[in-house]
Amino acid sequence: MSDVNATSVDPAERFLQRMTPVQRVHSILHRYPALSPAVVLVLAAVVLGSLNNRFFLPSNLSLVAQQVAVVGGLAVGQTLIILTAGIDLSVGAIMVFTSIVMAGSAANYGVPGPLALVIGLVVGTLAGGLNGLLVTRLRLPPFIVTLGTLNIFTALTLLVSSGASIQGKDIPDILLWTGQAIAIGPFRLTTGVVLMLAMYVVATYVLRNTAFGRHIYAVGDDREAARLAGIAVNRILLSAYLTAGFIFAVTAWILIGRVGAASPNVASEANLDSITAVVIGGTSLFGGRGIIIGSLLGALIVGVFRNGLALAGVDVLWQTLVVGVLVIVAVATDQWIRRVRA
Amino acid sequence: MSEVQQQGIAAVPPSGEPAARQPIIEARGLIKTFGSVVGLDGTDFELYPGEILAVIGDNGAGKSTLIKCLSGAMVADAGEIRVEGTPTVFRRPQDARAAGIETVYQSLAVAPALDIASNMFLGRELRRPGPLGSIFRMLDHGRMRSLAGQQLQELGIGTLQTITQAVETLSGGQRQAVAVARAAAFGSKVIILDEPTAALGVRETGQVLKLIRDLRDRGLPVILISHNMPNVFEVADRIHIQRLGRRVAVVTPKTHSASDAVAIMTGAMDGAASPAVH
Repeated sequence: MSDVNATSVDPAERFLQRMTPVQRVHSILHRYPALSPAVVLVLAAVVLGSLNNRFFLPSNLSLVAQQVAVVGGLAVGQTLIILTAGIDLSVGAIMVFTSIVMAGSAANYGVPGPLALVIGLVVGTLAGGLNGLLVTRLRLPPFIVTLGTLNIFTALTLLVSSGASIQGKDIPDILLWTGQAIAIGPFRLTTGVVLMLAMYVVATYVLRNTAFGRHIYAVGDDREAARLAGIAVNRILLSAYLTAGFIFAVTAWILIGRVGAASPNVASEANLDSITAVVIGGTSLFGGRGIIIGSLLGALIVGVFRNGLALAGVDVLWQTLVVGVLVIVAVATDQWIRRVRA
Repeated sequence: MSEVQQQGIAAVPPSGEPAARQPIIEARGLIKTFGSVVGLDGTDFELYPGEILAVIGDNGAGKSTLIKCLSGAMVADAGEIRVEGTPTVFRRPQDARAAGIETVYQSLAVAPALDIASNMFLGRELRRPGPLGSIFRMLDHGRMRSLAGQQLQELGIGTLQTITQAVETLSGGQRQAVAVARAAAFGSKVIILDEPTAALGVRETGQVLKLIRDLRDRGLPVILISHNMPNVFEVADRIHIQRLGRRVAVVTPKTHSASDAVAIMTGAMDGAASPAVH
């Protein structure tokens, strides 16, 4: 990795040259949190591509993109929450609940498609807002709040749907629009993938270029310092949870398009997968540190490993094991990066 | 005013008829309790223009509570705070800041992972002019960075390599300098410094003390809370001594020695015997 930083010339970088190679790597990773997941993604792609030459086929890469659309979408909201030093275990539950509300209101109650979509977006936002209210008003730890709402929304999903899926033929076109294929050169993406990428673009802008974004970092970094600096901490937290809820609702729309139906039993592993993507993407679970694009890289890393290992004929259990190792390595790296020399 | 003005005590700098001068901030009879613990037991306080006022006291004397009330981080149960003669209520830190009172907390209240410029403008970021700012809420990173750099330079803090460096990569003294620079940039009336030298080495302490004098010389009165008697006697114009939740005396470095101040602070000497000065 040392060749990455050999090209520098400006004074600040020259100052870095005085450090040992390990310190140099540390300092660079500290400055660019998305660098390590980017390196891992490239290395993984190169190695897995050499194992099976079908890996780099446009059709296969398109498949990977479609496979990560849902987790990638959830990871946008999850990143916002984790940056505030929170965690959201209910993301998948909120998404599935919202997808059932969207599809069910249209299929069972004859609500027009666009209105069903809006209802779904509102319900998802409010579900996120419920987490936010419990965290800010009752001052409960986010882990406990979302562990509770995970169960609540899972139960509500089954109650509302009676455990039954809603078939694609009963779902209005607008809700299935996210499954529509888009050909970009040799790649066949879906509108859902594009929508997911668009969320990353918007979230990157908001986090980097707006006061709200900077305050999310500040609150997660040092809550008391943020309060004393005049930031309305609870308002920022509530806004973050509401925004995340909206993002989960958009992802519910992507999910309906991806599956082609709305089922209460899909994406049960999405809660933890979204956290995995964020953590592998270099965002610190302690808050205040990380970059949203890293979460997309994290989702892609998991997708690439699963896909590449499957193509190489490796058992699915080994894929899961590799993801587990990646998570631990990522968190260990984060701990190392957070140890700052003064 | 309940204080007895005794003859023979030197007039307090800066010049001006003591009776005619109006305090920038004054507090009357502040009371703050935490359950059965009494933090403030009817404290009076005043800060005059152009002075460095040190607040000293033993642990539990109510220094921090007093400062938190003056900076809006806490609301007193009873009593009155007046800013330039006008009764004012600070419910939140923002209220005090809006009144021109900036505080550098002992914890510094900086976000370690954010860079220097972001920290200096934390909570009052500048937006880009035009629709980029008003509609897209885009921050003006460039202007914030150049203003932050300017401010640091003005205060003679030239050791910071780059303004985009994360605060956690700075030394203790540099962090302190960033926090003080932030306060100086926005404080139009008063700057409150809570234990600014507690975590610093000798050289860095000297820099911060110089910074405090510079602020006063630029016309900003400073309230300095400190445990460090040599520091206090080096820079303070007047010294407010807090004991058991009350102000027991106000002395000056000219009329009292550090050991006198410690004696009053600990109750070994009667505060009333060394009357308050204006």
